Amino acid sequence: MKAVCWRGRASVEVETVPDPRILNPRDVILRVTSTAICGSDLHLYDNFIPTMMKGDILGHEFMGEVVEAGPEVRNVKTGDRVLVPFHISCGRCFSCSNQQWSLCDNTNPNAKLVEKIAGYSGAGIFGYSHLYGGYAGGQAEYVRVPMADVGALKVPESLTDEQALFLTDIFPTGYMAADNCEIRPGDTVAVWGAGPVGLFAAKSAWLLGAGRVIVIDSVAGRLRKAERDCKAETIDRREKDVLNTLDEMTAGRGPDSCIDAVGLEAHGATVVDHVLDRGMQMVGMQSDRPPVLRETILACRKGGVVSIPGVYGGLVDKFPIGSAFAKALTLKMGQTHVHRYLRPLLARVEKGEIDPSFVISHRLRLADAPSAYRNFRDRKDEYIKCVLKP
Amino acid sequence: MPGTLLKVAAKSAAGPDSGLARAADRYLPPTPTNVSDAERVVSLGVGGALLLNALAGKHLNLLSGLAGGYLLYRAATGHCPGYQALGLSFANGTGPATAVAAGAGVKVEHGVTVNAPVEEVYRRWRDFERLPDFMTHLQSVKVHDDKKSTWTARAPAGMTVRWEAEVVTDTPNQVIAWRSLPGSDVDTAGSVHFRMAPAGRGTEVRVSLKFDPPGGKFGSFVARLFGENPDQQVRGDLRRFKQLVETGETPTVEGQSHGRR
Ligand SMILES: NC(=O)c1ccc[n+]([C@@H]2O[C@H](COP(=O)([O-])OP(=O)(O)OC[C@H]3O[C@@H](n4cnc5c(N)ncnc54)[C@H](O)[C@@H]3O)[C@@H](O)[C@H]2O)c1
Ligand SMILES: [Zn+2]
Ligand SMILES: [Zn+2]
Repeated sequence: MKAVCWRGRASVEVETVPDPRILNPRDVILRVTSTAICGSDLHLYDNFIPTMMKGDILGHEFMGEVVEAGPEVRNVKTGDRVLVPFHISCGRCFSCSNQQWSLCDNTNPNAKLVEKIAGYSGAGIFGYSHLYGGYAGGQAEYVRVPMADVGALKVPESLTDEQALFLTDIFPTGYMAADNCEIRPGDTVAVWGAGPVGLFAAKSAWLLGAGRVIVIDSVAGRLRKAERDCKAETIDRREKDVLNTLDEMTAGRGPDSCIDAVGLEAHGATVVDHVLDRGMQMVGMQSDRPPVLRETILACRKGGVVSIPGVYGGLVDKFPIGSAFAKALTLKMGQTHVHRYLRPLLARVEKGEIDPSFVISHRLRLADAPSAYRNFRDRKDEYIKCVLKP
Repeated sequence: MPGTLLKVAAKSAAGPDSGLARAADRYLPPTPTNVSDAERVVSLGVGGALLLNALAGKHLNLLSGLAGGYLLYRAATGHCPGYQALGLSFANGTGPATAVAAGAGVKVEHGVTVNAPVEEVYRRWRDFERLPDFMTHLQSVKVHDDKKSTWTARAPAGMTVRWEAEVVTDTPNQVIAWRSLPGSDVDTAGSVHFRMAPAGRGTEVRVSLKFDPPGGKFGSFVARLFGENPDQQVRGDLRRFKQLVETGETPTVEGQSHGRR
C-alpha cells in the first residue's frame, strides 16, 4: 500500500510499504477513505517531538471502511464505514473508566519511556512518535486500529466523510478546550490561534453559551475565516498589542477564559522575543516556545481559566507562574478525551447544529502529501485544513 | 526533582530496546553520565546566564557564548568531556532502589494497581500455567497438584533454567507465596499480595521475588533469568499482567508496517 512516511525534518514521502495486518484480537484493519493533516503533525514535520524514526507512517485523523476485524471486535463488521479517535484507549482501565480516555493506562507499548519523563504515561496515539507508542498512522491506504471495539464508531449514512472526519480529533479538541473553560452565560472567551483547533474552539464556545468570542492570529485569511464562519471578533497580532487590546475590549476586566490553540511552535510577541525563544529552543535550553502560554496567563481575568489544547512537549523558560498564582487562575490542558465527546458531538452534527466541514480549504490526493505538508506549514495559499483521499 | 527535569531536557528516555534507543540517540549523544544532578542544575543556570549574556550583550562575546554552551551541554546530557578525559565520574547512583543485591541473592519488589475485582486478579495469578503470558522470561510452568509445579525459564543461547516450586502460602484473594525445592538449578522464593484499593480503584498487587543462586554462580544465574536488570523485568511483568487482566491483550506494534528505515 501507499503511506505517508516521515523522513526527517521537513521531509515526508509517499512510500510503498507492506499492508497492515491484525496483531491483536481487538484490532481491525481499515481501508482509509479520508484522512487529514493536523497542526500536531506539523510538530513532527518540524521535528519538535523526539523519538520519530525514519519510515514512520504519519496521520491520526482518518476514517474508512472495515476490511478485516479481530475475533474480539463485535461492534463493527466488515464493510462498515467508521471513524476512529486519534488516541487509542482500552475502555477498561481506571483512566478510561473515569472518562479520561487520552490518559489510558494500557495502550502505550513504550510507556516505560514516558514514565522516565513524566512519571506516568497516557494513551498511545496513531502516527505520533515512539514516545506515544510508535503506532503506524492513517495517512495511508490501509491502517491497523487497535482496541477498535472501543474506538471505532460507525458513521450514519446521512453524513459525508467530510462532515464526520473531524470528530476524530480537532472538533472534540476545540470543544474540550471550550468545555474546560467552564463558560457561564455572557462570558468572554479569547482564543489564540485561528487554525482548525482555534476555529473549532471558537464555534464550541458559542455552543456552550459564551457571550463574546475573540480570536487572535496573524494570518489574514484565517482571521477572516474566524469572523465569517465563527462569528468571532478578531485581533491581528501584527497590528495591535494583544494584551492592551484585550484589556480595552473587556473594559479592564480581561477575558473570562483564554484558550491557547497554538502550542509549542508559537511566534513571539516581538522579533526579539521570538529570536530569544527560538535560540533557546535551538541550544536545548527549552524544547517548547511559550509566548502564547505566557500571554494567555497575563491576559486572563482574575479567577479565570486558561485552557491549553495546544501541544507542549518538554520545558519552557519564563513561565509566569507568579501571575497565574496572583490571579488564582485555573489551568487545564492535555490531549483531548475524544471518546468522551464523540457521540454527543456526532449527534450535534446529525442535527445540523454544526457542519465541521467548514474548516476544509484543500482536498488533495495522498500523493500530494509532501507539498500539502509544506504549504500547510508555511500557511501558503490560505491553507487551513487539507483532506487527503487515498 | 531537578534530576528528573534535566532528564527531560536531555530526552534521556532511551530504553534498552534497540529501535527506540536508536531514535532516542538522535537526541541523546551516547555519552556516559558523569556529572551529578546538583552540578547539572548549576551548569544549567550558569550556562544559561552566560549564553544569554553572549546573545543579548552589546558586543557579541564569543568566549562566554562558548562557555555557556559547554555548560548547557553538560547540564542537558549529564556528560562532561573534561571529566571523562580525567577519568572522573560524580554521577548519582543509578541503580534501582528496590533491587537490593544483598550477599548471596537479589530481591525485587514492585506493585501495580489492576482495575478489576480482587477475586478475578487473584484467580488470574493463581493460574500458574498462564504466568508465562506476562512473565516473559518464563518458558513454561507445569502444575502437578495444588502445591507442586515445575518452572522453566529462558536463558541465553537456547538454554533453560528449571526449578521445582512449592506453594507455601495460599490465602485466596490475599496472598500466594512459593519457593523452589532443594535440587533445583536456582533457589528462589516469591510472594504476591492482593488488596482491594480504596473506593473502587481496583486491586493492588504487590510482588516480592528473591533469588539465591548457589554460591559463586550468582551473577550468571541472575543475568540468565532476568537479563541485565531484574527490576525492569519485574516492572514489565506487572505491566503486562495489568494489561492482560484489564484489556485481554498486551498492546504491541511488533509486526506493523513502516517505510524505509
Ligand atoms: N490537545 C489535543 O488533543 C490536540 C489535538 C489537535 C491539535 N492540537 C494542537 O493544537 C494546536 C493548534 O492546532 P491546529 O491544527 O489549529 O494548528 P495550526 O498550526 O494550523 O494553527 C496554529 C495557528 O496559531 C497561529 N499562531 C502562531 N503564533 C501565534 C501567536 N503568538 N498568537 C496567536 N496565534 C499564533 C498560527 O498563525 C496558526 O494559524 C497545535 O499545537 C496542535 O498540536 C492539540
Ligand atoms: Zn491532531
Ligand atoms: Zn484505558
